[in-house]
Amino acid sequence: MNTSTNRQSGNSDAIQVKDLEKRFGKFVAVNKVTFSVRRGEIFGFLGSNGSGKSTTIRMLCGILTPTAGQGTVAGHDIFREPEEIKQSIGYMSQKFSLYEDLSPFENIRFYLGIYNVSPTLWAERISWVLDMTQLGDVRDRLTRELPQGWRQRLALGCALLHKPDILFLDEPTSGVDPLTRQHFWDFIRQLASQGITIFVTTHYMDEARHCERIVMINQGAIVAAGTPDEIIRKACPDKENADLNDAFITLMKN
Amino acid sequence: MNFLRIRELVRKEFIQLFRDKRNRPILIMAPLIQILIFGYVVNFDITSIRVALLNLSRTVESRTIVDAFSANHMFQIINVVNDPKEMEDLLLRGKVDIGIKIGPDLSRKIRRGETAEIQILADGTVSNMTAIRVSYVMTVMERLNRQFLRDLYPVQMTYGRIDGRLRTWYNPNLYSRHFFVPGIVAFIVMLISLLFTSMAVIKEKEGGTMEQLIVTPMKPYELIMGKTIPYIIISLIQMICVLVFAVYWFELPIRGSLPLFFLAICLFLISTMGIGLFISTISATQQQAMMTTFFFIQPSFLLSGFVFPIANMPVVVQWLTYLNPFRYILVIIRGIFLKGVGMHVLWPQYVALTILGLAVFTAAVLRFHKRLD
Repeated sequence: MNTSTNRQSGNSDAIQVKDLEKRFGKFVAVNKVTFSVRRGEIFGFLGSNGSGKSTTIRMLCGILTPTAGQGTVAGHDIFREPEEIKQSIGYMSQKFSLYEDLSPFENIRFYLGIYNVSPTLWAERISWVLDMTQLGDVRDRLTRELPQGWRQRLALGCALLHKPDILFLDEPTSGVDPLTRQHFWDFIRQLASQGITIFVTTHYMDEARHCERIVMINQGAIVAAGTPDEIIRKACPDKENADLNDAFITLMKN
Repeated sequence: MNFLRIRELVRKEFIQLFRDKRNRPILIMAPLIQILIFGYVVNFDITSIRVALLNLSRTVESRTIVDAFSANHMFQIINVVNDPKEMEDLLLRGKVDIGIKIGPDLSRKIRRGETAEIQILADGTVSNMTAIRVSYVMTVMERLNRQFLRDLYPVQMTYGRIDGRLRTWYNPNLYSRHFFVPGIVAFIVMLISLLFTSMAVIKEKEGGTMEQLIVTPMKPYELIMGKTIPYIIISLIQMICVLVFAVYWFELPIRGSLPLFFLAICLFLISTMGIGLFISTISATQQQAMMTTFFFIQPSFLLSGFVFPIANMPVVVQWLTYLNPFRYILVIIRGIFLKGVGMHVLWPQYVALTILGLAVFTAAVLRFHKRLD
């Protein structure tokens, strides 16, 4: 789907981190985590609040410099090239964070400018995003007036304007009704099938079912990694009909 | 620096600013009200003095005194009373500013060559205006003395006299309006640039949109430019409106160089933008930012020489005024408008304003960067 931004070549991993560590003074927020995310994969990053989940995502997004370790995101070094990383990722959080006093069109236009997309591409990108998010009819309404599900689509659309390689979703669907949530995940799967890597953090286990592979983190360290089924089997070998919730609780206890 | 990014940041800021209906009255009314208040209402000029008269003498001499006051356009004898109590009552109620009491033995004393006393009662509640009123009274008395001297001893004087020829420069009619109005121009620039800059940054934090901006490749200084340029433009437009109003409505003279004045305003804006950014880093909500802004505006208004002379302040407070950018811009504006002086006189103010502006702005930007991480 993308020809305008640089895709990494030769390496099939979208994200690769090794012994990544972040300390705040004496407190170790993230303790030597190692994992990789394949291109076009829906990858779940699970952990309870305060587990080091958001610190890790901030390091991967180029906002926070790690204390030690190494890693690349979209082929860019997380120590030396945070700006290049920011240009090749999209980010959406559960909290709606676009301008409610602007229209969808104005929000889109603003982020095209912020991501430095060439103005010659604007018309095409704007109609592409309005089409994809089905917001064409309300493009000039105030965003504040739109239903929450629509606003979330807009936020997602704005995160995709610069055609990122990787999309970070930080607790994307909490507080969203089940139907909207279902639509949202259909849409995410569609994006992944187009080659966009999806990195999701959540502490909702039903949401994690949509992920192809999962890493669970507790107290700054990885406690489990693999497909949802693998994790369930490993964490709760004795319990039949165990689900991710059971696995999560078992793993977080230790 | 990315031109496109800054252009879109500025455009977005303008759209938001004008879309919010609450902003419109502030943008249009605030400067207008300020200049009308300081042009018309805040006025120390004395155009008339209300007098109550108690004349117990009723002689030619006392008649002369009363005539001298009623002939002077400054004095209005609005009450002639017969009783000292009545005069006291008028002063208490604030009906008159000055009470003049002529005793029964006035003529007798003058003719005998003695000093005759006239009691002048003045309402001293507004001290500085009273001082001016009393000095008007004394001028009339002085003239009367010379007149009595001539009338009683009509001998040719053989010596000359000294005549002080007074010329008041820069504000020949001593309009206090000319003292206040130039300062208002700078005050409005300060108020708007400070308040709106801090509010604009806080709004991003409060609305959660800052979180989204941080994950974009936008650099902090680009955000700072996006947040300051719109308000620099608005401050300057407002300043020009106020200036036109001051010159054409209040007849404020422009004796010096306008480009020099614009330079000073731009230097001043560096400081106020810096303070605005700084306030945005120490406030979590727009309400806090507003409160902090007014906590800052109040002392910087009082400690500037805008109304109260710095020379009258305690020495320690005088030192404090050196940290106040408003102090310097006032000297520059009054210098340029009223005195018509240029850089050869005002350069220390320009240097101070530049140093202060750069220091404040740098500190604010550093703090801003730190808070973004």
